Amino acid sequence: MTVPTTDVGADDRPWVDGNALAGPLGEIIGADLTVAELTCAGCRMTRPLAAMRVFDRAPGLVARCPGCENVVMRLVRTADRALVDLRGSLVVSIPLPIT
Amino acid sequence: MARAAVPGGLTWQPATVAATRAETATARTLVLDVDGWTGHVPGQHVDVRLSAPDGYMAHRSYSISSAPGPDRLEVTVQAVIDGEVSPHLVEVAEPGDHLEIRGPLGGWFVRRPADPRPALLIGGGSGVAPLMSMVRAATTPTRLLYSTRSPSDALFTADLATAQATGDTPVAVTHVYTRVVPSGWPAPPRRLDADILARVAWPRDADVVAFVCGPTGFVETVADLLVDIGYNPSNIRTERFGPTGG
Ligand SMILES: Cc1cc2nc3c(=O)[nH]c(=O)nc-3n(C[C@H](O)[C@H](O)[C@H](O)COP(=O)(O)OP(=O)(O)OC[C@H]3O[C@@H](n4cnc5c(N)ncnc54)[C@H](O)[C@@H]3O)c2cc1C
Ligand SMILES: [Zn+2]
Repeated sequence: MTVPTTDVGADDRPWVDGNALAGPLGEIIGADLTVAELTCAGCRMTRPLAAMRVFDRAPGLVARCPGCENVVMRLVRTADRALVDLRGSLVVSIPLPIT
Repeated sequence: MARAAVPGGLTWQPATVAATRAETATARTLVLDVDGWTGHVPGQHVDVRLSAPDGYMAHRSYSISSAPGPDRLEVTVQAVIDGEVSPHLVEVAEPGDHLEIRGPLGGWFVRRPADPRPALLIGGGSGVAPLMSMVRAATTPTRLLYSTRSPSDALFTADLATAQATGDTPVAVTHVYTRVVPSGWPAPPRRLDADILARVAWPRDADVVAFVCGPTGFVETVADLLVDIGYNPSNIRTERFGPTGG
């Protein structure tokens, strides 16, 4: 089931994919998180953030698992704060350069 | 209102429109000069930000369509009817204009020069933009399948013909027209389907990477078709531009 925290219906709104989060996340985190792998708390599948469905016309940005539509990430920007809600992801695995 | 940058975070950089080039009646390439731009990996995009005199700002993502290079990049924009940003970039912006960009962005929908695999590129409409960067920088065999409504909607027609004819790396281009075909075309208008895909794609056991880009519905359909003809989902990379429209 989807986490009922947003009014964005997964089927009836335009969506893009996680590639579109590169700029908004890069701005607040400074790294490219689109290649990070998220394990969905709904279906336990692991995918790169780039492969998630992103609803970008909502207040804030909402990323959903393409398999089960669970919300895996929400990003809300206010004047002086960024809120990243990751409760829909069990693990976020971030690739690092080999040193 | 300008926001303070987060230390270490990505920031907006000034860019100057150096030149513009009409691609079709409703699409245009903007050549942008950016001081200190160090290049990109084919497939990456930038966010472009416009500011109104009253301080209102809007930003949208645009793929980089040029080959990697320093100090300069190109984006190719299709005007969306009633859109906020794209009609400005296609119809209003002119050489000398200033705007802001951040990037290069995205490390997933990219064709790295070191990747030895052949590439199957499938684009719908303006979705060919990042694929054009990949074609221009191709170092391994590349096949592009490009779907547009009509020949006059196709971007980069001349550049694609050149890429096909010259260069050391073989690039093969196949067009699909969904509404209007050129005169003398051997087939009626048709959507990209499993048949065409099977003809253009390498066999399923070949070690190939596929890049699919375009309107959301187009990308969904094509990615499913690729899986149907035996492609492993882990070898299919997608980028969705948004709703199909205009
Ligand atoms: C990673 C990424 C890369 C992109 N690269 C390119 C590119 O290289 N070239 C390019 O032209 N576009 C590209 N896009 C799409 C682009 O970011 C904008 O969405 C598009 O230009 C419309 O913006 P707008 O402000 O004109 O329209 P808006 O004011 O945002 O929307 C106006 C109306 O058009 C609809 N709409 C929104 N986006 C689209 C769309 N893409 N197609 C059809 N209808 C739409 C909306 O639902 C709305 O009804 C890319 C998108 C992403 C996420
Ligand atoms: Zn899931």
